[in-house]
Amino acid sequence: MARVVVDVMLKPEILDPQGRAVQGALGRLGLSGVADVRQGKQFVIQVDGDLTGDRLALMHKLAEELLSNPVIENYSLTVEADA
Amino acid sequence: MSARIGVVTFPGTLDDRDAARAVRIAGGEPVELWHGDDDIKGVDAVILPGGFSYGDYLRCGAISRFAPVMNSIIDGAKGGLPVLGICNGFQILVESHLLPGALMRNESRHFICRDQKLRIENADSMWTRDYFKNQEIVVPLKNGEGNYFADPATLDMLEGEGRVVARYLDVNPNGSARDIAGIRNERGNVVGLMPHPEHAVEALTGPTTEGLPFFTSVLTALVSA
Repeated sequence: MARVVVDVMLKPEILDPQGRAVQGALGRLGLSGVADVRQGKQFVIQVDGDLTGDRLALMHKLAEELLSNPVIENYSLTVEADA
Repeated sequence: MSARIGVVTFPGTLDDRDAARAVRIAGGEPVELWHGDDDIKGVDAVILPGGFSYGDYLRCGAISRFAPVMNSIIDGAKGGLPVLGICNGFQILVESHLLPGALMRNESRHFICRDQKLRIENADSMWTRDYFKNQEIVVPLKNGEGNYFADPATLDMLEGEGRVVARYLDVNPNGSARDIAGIRNERGNVVGLMPHPEHAVEALTGPTTEGLPFFTSVLTALVSA
């Protein structure tokens, strides 16, 4: 078993209204000094067997074509061996 | 025989009934299409109506793109089938890569619902040819993620090729780049539009009837094709 973790974030140059709303709420909790908040998504995918080259390439395809929208988002993908 | 215009229903679609009614008022024959069917029943054109298909899970339109019916529609669109995506339908068209760019959360973070003034900037597409260039119209607009985004090179390309179909006037309701309300593909058969012309086809229920030419345009285009 392998675990694939895909993080998807809006590109840095793109306004993140949700992150801005969270930042506003932090201020109302009395927390000061927060310069910026960006909100993203994390996908945790359990895969049977080993992730060989082809199957890993398929995971990247999945991340690029479904989990993220490359027009506005970047993704990062890490593979963890399951304990 | 009047043209048969398919209207797709996804789980979470809201405006399929109004879109079908607009087709009927324009003089066409609406045909119900179902997201789970490959078959688009030989229709002459397709409307992807507004709503929240698949609950807007993941990203608006991202899951719908992979619905069985979309395979036939994407193939058809590439071959010249007229396709109009309204609101959520526009989001599906960009997720399907039939149109460039992306639709993001409104800059204001608010869901916006208002009667919106637009300028029709391109009257050459299959969905806008019953307008005249620079005609101003008012139709309802209602969206939470209608903020059109594309990189500057893509925006320049769209403007240079006359592919901005409609622009917001007076107020930019959602932060869209260059006040863009709708765009078309190169060929002019695929149009994506954030405001809702199907809600402005009858005096009783709409602020105007100025949305109707979107639906008569395609009938005109099909007759002359």
